[in-house]
Amino acid sequence: MQYLFILFADQNAWGRMSSVEQERGVAAYRAYTEALKEAGVWVGSNRLQNTNTATTVRLVDGKSQVLDGPYADSKEQLAGYYLIEAPDLDAALSWAARCPTASHGTVEVRPVWPVPGATSDVASATATAA
Amino acid sequence: MNDALPAQAVASGIARHSYGKLLAYLAADMHDVSAAEDALAEAFAAALADWPVHGCPDNPESWLMTVARRKGIDGVRRRSSGEAAAVQLQTMAEMQAECMETDDEENFPDRRLALLFACAHPAIEVNIRAPLMLQTVLGLDAKIIASAFLVSPEAMCKRLGRAKQKIREAGIPFAIPEREAWAERLDGVLAAVYAAYAEGWSDPGDADLLRRDLVEEAIFLARLLTELLPEEPETHGLLAGMLYAEARRRARRNAQGEYVPFAEQNMGLWDTVMIDEAEVLLQRASSFGRIGRYQLEAALQSAHIERRRSGRSNWMPEVQLYDALYALTGSPVVALNRALAIAEVEGVEAAIAVISELSSDKRLAEYQPYWAARAALFARMGDDREALHAYDMAIGLARDPAVRRFLQRRQDEIAAMRRY
Repeated sequence: MQYLFILFADQNAWGRMSSVEQERGVAAYRAYTEALKEAGVWVGSNRLQNTNTATTVRLVDGKSQVLDGPYADSKEQLAGYYLIEAPDLDAALSWAARCPTASHGTVEVRPVWPVPGATSDVASATATAA
Repeated sequence: MNDALPAQAVASGIARHSYGKLLAYLAADMHDVSAAEDALAEAFAAALADWPVHGCPDNPESWLMTVARRKGIDGVRRRSSGEAAAVQLQTMAEMQAECMETDDEENFPDRRLALLFACAHPAIEVNIRAPLMLQTVLGLDAKIIASAFLVSPEAMCKRLGRAKQKIREAGIPFAIPEREAWAERLDGVLAAVYAAYAEGWSDPGDADLLRRDLVEEAIFLARLLTELLPEEPETHGLLAGMLYAEARRRARRNAQGEYVPFAEQNMGLWDTVMIDEAEVLLQRASSFGRIGRYQLEAALQSAHIERRRSGRSNWMPEVQLYDALYALTGSPVVALNRALAIAEVEGVEAAIAVISELSSDKRLAEYQPYWAARAALFARMGDDREALHAYDMAIGLARDPAVRRFLQRRQDEIAAMRRY
């Protein structure tokens, strides 16, 4: 089963850190990613730019409305994600607890809800093309 | 109105100290842990309504037991009908008669041991035994247990529910097994108490009260076992081991909250009273002349502590104890710790040879201390490449931010040396 770890953290904390602390922070995530890969559970991951770079789009009365800023303003912001493969929620939670975000922010663990018939992203893309 | 507070305090005091005793009795009576929990919860609710008005009863435990039993009987009538209910009510009446006799002495026979044996029965899934004990004997909230064991609260509730259902439907006895069966059965009880302790110990972050509480609860259970089974050396060994570890809690962090490894701990921060108690327990255990896993683990902690206190540099006693423990358990974790002791006796190369053999063991692949030990050994040997990778793994697998920072500092030191 795949699980998405949605990482929430206070993005302003980054700017308050010394360069040594920042380096150490990045290294902790790198080591965590390495451990996930070595265990064969890593599917994908990335970090996101600050929410002040966010733009939201939606259609209102058939016209697209583009707004500056994130969808939701919160104390902790969506900062990145990990997508992992785990046999069950317990295994996923034990990986989530090791994520550096868990000690300075919040990790939301959500099971992926696979679309029936679509065995993978590639398969569904091919189906759409056909 | 003023009586409300003391009544509440008495009720919560009893809930904390006697919950397991009351529940053990009720569960054995009703042969149903869930129903007993419901009945006891109703009794506590009734107490909170009644005591502030009529005053606290002279014997609050008996009061609660009587009310809970009545609620339990109501519950049986509600749930089942006909013959089944009649049989169950008959059994309960008999047990109540037995209990009433002992009520006069204000002294319930302690059935918590039987409840512990039921919780750690071989028919109960291994992983749920410790949570089940914490809930039934100590009355801990399922949500708290779930957090401590890193399981979602919903899943924990379900699993606890299933285990209780199994006890009821499979007819798991609330009884202390025959002496001959103890080797296996007692082991289950001790292992579950130890598991509860290890969960609390693994992340000692001082801010994490939840886990620290779990350590206290586990020590309470181990203490209870030594009182209920004073002739069983392993119970003393288990408690001794927990106390040795707990005694060093304050020394595991410095003033800045950073992790301090055992070799660098300030011995002045060790709790000597706790260490002394552990020593006494360990001596009592060894006087029975029946060695076991928990006694050996406690003896190892005792040796480590004695070595640091005396400044002894020869690690031979530790190696021998690890040898004995490994012969008994065959555990890769023991083999790993043995390798670290071997490094001090035969040198780093010998230890790395042992570690290399262990590297094929899948059980260690995601075991954080394995990678931390590996990193330290390769760093000592001067193999930077292996050390840096092992540090990566140890950092990536760490749950405790202080441990993570500690390992990062060690890794940085190697990386910095390489640059020159």
